[in-house]
Amino acid sequence: MKLKNENRWGLKVVDVAFLALIFFLTPIIISGNFSGEFFNIAAQAAEQAAEPAAEGGDAEKATSLYGPAPKTTLASYPTVKGVNSRIVIWLVAQLHLWFAAFVLAVPIFVFIIEAIGMRTRDRRYDNMAYEFIKVSITAYSLTAILGGLLLFSLVLFYPDLWSYLATIFKDSMFWYAVLFFAESACLYLYYYGWHWLQGGDRKWVHLTIGLLLNAVGTMLMFLANSWLTFMMSPEGVNAAGVFAGDIWPAIQNHLWNPINLHRVVANVAFGGSIVGAYAAFKFLSSSRAEDRAHYDWMGYTANFIAISALLPLPFAGYYLTTEIYAFSQQMGITLMGGIFAWLFIIQAVLIGALFLSANYYLWCCMGRSDGAVRYYKYIKYIAIVIVAAFLVWFTPHTLVLTNEELKALGGPYHKYIGPFGIMPAKNTAVNLMILATFVSFLFYRRANKVATVSWVNAGNAAQVALFVTGVINIFILGVYYGYFTNTVYKIAASIPQVCTTLVIIVISILIDSFMYKNAKEVAPLKWGRVPERSQYALFLLAVSFTWLMGLMGYIRSGIRQHWHVVDIMRDNSADAFTPTMGFAANVVSIGAIIFLSMVIFVFWLSQISANKTEPQNYWVPEAVDGIASTGGKG
Amino acid sequence: MKIPKLLQAVIVLAIVYYGFILVFDVILDHVIPSSLLTMYMFFVVAGVFMVFTATEEGTRELVAPVKALVEDPNKKMIRNVVFVILPLLAGWYTFEKTRLSFEAPVELRTIHPAPPTSMKAFGKRYNIIKLENPLRKLEKMDLKKFKEHVTAGAKVYIQNCHFCHGDKLDGKGPYAAGLNPTPANFQDVGTIAQLQESYLFWRIATGGPGPPKEAAPWISSMPIWQDFLSEEEIWQVILFLYDYTGYQPRSFGHE
Repeated sequence: MKLKNENRWGLKVVDVAFLALIFFLTPIIISGNFSGEFFNIAAQAAEQAAEPAAEGGDAEKATSLYGPAPKTTLASYPTVKGVNSRIVIWLVAQLHLWFAAFVLAVPIFVFIIEAIGMRTRDRRYDNMAYEFIKVSITAYSLTAILGGLLLFSLVLFYPDLWSYLATIFKDSMFWYAVLFFAESACLYLYYYGWHWLQGGDRKWVHLTIGLLLNAVGTMLMFLANSWLTFMMSPEGVNAAGVFAGDIWPAIQNHLWNPINLHRVVANVAFGGSIVGAYAAFKFLSSSRAEDRAHYDWMGYTANFIAISALLPLPFAGYYLTTEIYAFSQQMGITLMGGIFAWLFIIQAVLIGALFLSANYYLWCCMGRSDGAVRYYKYIKYIAIVIVAAFLVWFTPHTLVLTNEELKALGGPYHKYIGPFGIMPAKNTAVNLMILATFVSFLFYRRANKVATVSWVNAGNAAQVALFVTGVINIFILGVYYGYFTNTVYKIAASIPQVCTTLVIIVISILIDSFMYKNAKEVAPLKWGRVPERSQYALFLLAVSFTWLMGLMGYIRSGIRQHWHVVDIMRDNSADAFTPTMGFAANVVSIGAIIFLSMVIFVFWLSQISANKTEPQNYWVPEAVDGIASTGGKG
Repeated sequence: MKIPKLLQAVIVLAIVYYGFILVFDVILDHVIPSSLLTMYMFFVVAGVFMVFTATEEGTRELVAPVKALVEDPNKKMIRNVVFVILPLLAGWYTFEKTRLSFEAPVELRTIHPAPPTSMKAFGKRYNIIKLENPLRKLEKMDLKKFKEHVTAGAKVYIQNCHFCHGDKLDGKGPYAAGLNPTPANFQDVGTIAQLQESYLFWRIATGGPGPPKEAAPWISSMPIWQDFLSEEEIWQVILFLYDYTGYQPRSFGHE
């Protein structure tokens, strides 16, 4: 179809303007300049009322529009016979989060894939983007149902906490509900209008709806994030929990932005892995060569998305943890050095499993091209780096020692393994794991091609030099600054480490792009020619992500310990204790199994929706003919 | 002669396993904890099998002996032997791991108990998040005075702390062997080098009974030093701990 250039440019302008609006307004909102007008709720009056309370140190006596945080007793927590309220909230919240993460992430990369399809005019991208969003549409209603269930459970089992949070966040809760309608409208329009809004201007309208969907979805998540981070790092209230009246400080609390960043990145990684599992499921259940080729390509793309988001994820996590430490030494130590440290070991193991399965998938996928034989000999070296880095990555700070080992060592400290237990070693290890994974990806990209530019040797040498100097820099930063300077530099050294890794990746991609620009294809990629075990690596990726999210969700929430709102509102319910690690791990695992079962159900639904059965001798032929002859109007 | 892939994998795993034991237990004379070695080997096994099965050819070669063992009619005798021995080995391993013993169970001890946000000592309340060592600023303002405080801290340490924590601050004082858990080793990079001075002040002032509920599981036999030392003496001894070990206290502000 011929495009109407004028209108298309007009719509492009709308898109660009909208994007600009989002990107320029976000920092303004974050800097707080936008606060008063938007969430104005008699802020000044309430502030004046609350101030004397804070100054006088006796908040409860203060005259305020808002009371102090409720002081609960055991009787404040309604019970339902045979139901453990904490486990209900725990599981429902986690299930809601899993689905929400998925349905928020999928539109992000669907939007990008659709845009790539528009740019390249390759219909396969459009079809794949549609299939991605199709998977998320059933998950969307499950997200909403679970969100409703979470709300009911909170109101029912923790009424005082709910009413306290609702007092502070009533305005944002109202806008949350409104935005939810907006998101539903955008999503349904985006999905059901996919085939209607095709070609020329219509496609631009469709892409704009996709952009809106992402903007609204992200805002929804940010609002919900503010409620949970308020519970961890409350602001906008005084020591007794009296709300000052301005909702903005409560939203923009200390941990809000770190969680926002971490969740956006993690959602994309998680969403990519779930869609990858869907593609693997379809690949393994398809018998036609074309279908297998399609789902192989889809799985590869989903894995690419998941890994691209996984690579910066440790840094986002590190930023979040640093901020937790900075806000409260107690929470930080409980998290990394106290009871939750052992769960962090499981977390480290799962993250390592993610890297291992991602690399294994890439190695198996190199078999798509016969040209990959050149690179097989390097796989073992990449594996050695990844496994060695992985071992350092999950070495615990506190070792589990038998009495004999304790005696032999003369104490719980290990002179040589002990230093692996702290963050500088782990930061160094994770940077190396990321770089090794990137090398796997580089080899995969080169598998079917031979560079023809005259400076190919110089280009390769430059890349090798880049990696060598980069890795030396990472080691110096990790070992010297990590162990022989004070903690300010220890923590700060992680930033140049990350930058080094990113610089290596970016410059290397640039060199590779120029070097392989007009490369000769020696052995074309044959989509569908991958071993079935590679698809199980995709399943492992999805399962590891799911489990990891559940585990970290529990840890993040659990470090509040016996507080509903840290240092402000105490949890006095019968369950106000930190469960044993085994119990917690069981609940998380059960949650993961329920979620994955529901995901398989969603996959199955999308499978049966494509099946059509034409029953024999079931419908009365005359009736069908009659409708046909009257044009369906009776 | 080409070594079969399966045998290659087993040889690699054996080299890594005994390599760990050789390096740590023999050369470095510091045993590698069995729990850690098990974890390490689990992932080394995973890594080795991933490398060997990354290509179709490699996978075929790796599983060929196993396939032959199960399918080849000529290997009936060896098949039966393997099928008897394998479950027996698994059973023996399980029995060994689960049988009752007189060994005390291992404890999942945490290195640092989590501190409260505020504490009470010397008749007043301290906010641990904001608390700073009042003598630390002398390091830049009056080095001579700072050194005097460090020396005073050393005296306090030798008179009170070295019995457990050792004269080299390595947790190996004369009483250390009688304590479980053993006293903290301040030379270890994972102890005071990771902590703020306010944390040390809290632990020293409130001692063993100090940690709040949040700090569980925790056991400590450290005396409540606020009953024996002055506030200044505690800050002085903290200066000494960092000065002697060469570590800097954790801080979030830049110098």
